[in-house]
Amino acid sequence: MFRIKIPRYWRHKDFRYRLNAWRCNHCGEVHFFKPLVCRKCRSREFNQVSLPDTGKLLAYTVVRSPPEGFEAQSPYIVGIVELDDGTRILSQITDCHPEELKKGMRVEATLRKIREDDEDKIIAYCYKFRPTV
Amino acid sequence: MVRMSSVVIVGYGGYVPRYRIKGEEIARIWGRDRSELPTEEKSVTGLDEDTVTLAVEAARIALKRARIPPSKIGAVHVGTESKPYAVKPSGTIVAEAIGAVPRITAADFEFACKAGTEALQFITSLVDAGRIEYGLAIGADTAQGRPGDALEFTAASGAAAFIIGKNKNEGVAEIEAWTSYVTDTPDFWRREYERYPHHTARFTGDPAYFHHIVNSVKNLLENDGYTLNDVDYVVFHQPNTRFPLVAARLLGVDLEKVKPGLVVGQIGNTYAACSLLGLVRVLDQAKPGQRILLSSFGSGAGSDSYIIRVLENIKLKRDLAPPLDKFIDRKTYIDYAIYARHRKKILM
Ligand SMILES: [Zn+2]
Repeated sequence: MFRIKIPRYWRHKDFRYRLNAWRCNHCGEVHFFKPLVCRKCRSREFNQVSLPDTGKLLAYTVVRSPPEGFEAQSPYIVGIVELDDGTRILSQITDCHPEELKKGMRVEATLRKIREDDEDKIIAYCYKFRPTV
Repeated sequence: MVRMSSVVIVGYGGYVPRYRIKGEEIARIWGRDRSELPTEEKSVTGLDEDTVTLAVEAARIALKRARIPPSKIGAVHVGTESKPYAVKPSGTIVAEAIGAVPRITAADFEFACKAGTEALQFITSLVDAGRIEYGLAIGADTAQGRPGDALEFTAASGAAAFIIGKNKNEGVAEIEAWTSYVTDTPDFWRREYERYPHHTARFTGDPAYFHHIVNSVKNLLENDGYTLNDVDYVVFHQPNTRFPLVAARLLGVDLEKVKPGLVVGQIGNTYAACSLLGLVRVLDQAKPGQRILLSSFGSGAGSDSYIIRVLENIKLKRDLAPPLDKFIDRKTYIDYAIYARHRKKILM
């Protein structure tokens, strides 16, 4: 039975819903979720930044044996997207079939359901990317 | 009945999911006559979509056209009959996703297929009263029809969003007037814990759809001093391809004024989004100075009618986001088996 850790899901919603991340004031490293210290320079000061919602697809694969909690949408596509500011992000790719994908194709962020809690039924929403409309 | 001082649409957006099922395919499964289908095809959500995600798609398109910071939005109202949660507002999730939280009021409205135009009334009134600077009204649904039921041919998915403000210089269109016409008419309903709605087939046309739309339009024209000659486009609620054309005939509306706003043949009845997607399609092509008459219908029953005048700004803002036809033309056909999986009709 798959359970969603609701406090963690709630803490991460700024990034999961609209790609609001944290940039280190000292070295500029981008952290998706607010860390205590920067993994690069150990600074403790961050500014919230909103990452661009468009980019290009660098690589992708089709997941046919999903981890627990992801079965309902299987098979699905996972890809690495390079956002227009150069940030790289791992994301599901939606609204397309694997045969339509091309390396380097333009993609845009959208909000979709990722999974549901089997017991409490809460729905986890998260960004996914899709071919630019 | 309700004259607005100056309330404008500053941004609008329509969204339709990618998948389609043909009416013929549904007819094949249930052995129905394929010669008289209520629509050619209808839109179907992807496995990862629900009313909230559809609403967010439309809202983000509307924001691109509005060009305002989302934090200035003071109210987010979602009209729907297919909330993902029975208790937990869709509006809060939508508001969070577009960055409009936390200084907002948010709520979901339900009035069958007119919940979207109802949300628009309240946003319009809040702006008109000066309580908020901008507000977001959305009609969104992932409508369900019982397998084999007549409604299964039409019950579809989509969303339309409108950002309302007061500054005419920002507006793409001005909301000049609106009215409502409501009675207790049991034409269509769904009780709690039920998956599919029930309907009184005999009531659907005359005492419900036609009676409420005709009276709401007549009231609006008479009370606010408009005639049909003042309007260039007429958008009706579209439960099937036939009803809006009959409504036009009953009111004496030229069919050429109705056709640009007809989307039901390609995407089905998207319930709370239905007439609003018709409005989106008209805004995608209308010229400054032209007037649009919009008339929704919601079972239970009621109709909201609006007079909307297109402003000069439409020419600048229209192209800031994809037109509705881009989403209508972006389609992948699925068969009934895949449709049953997408719409969670297979229960394990
Ligand atoms: Zn750092």
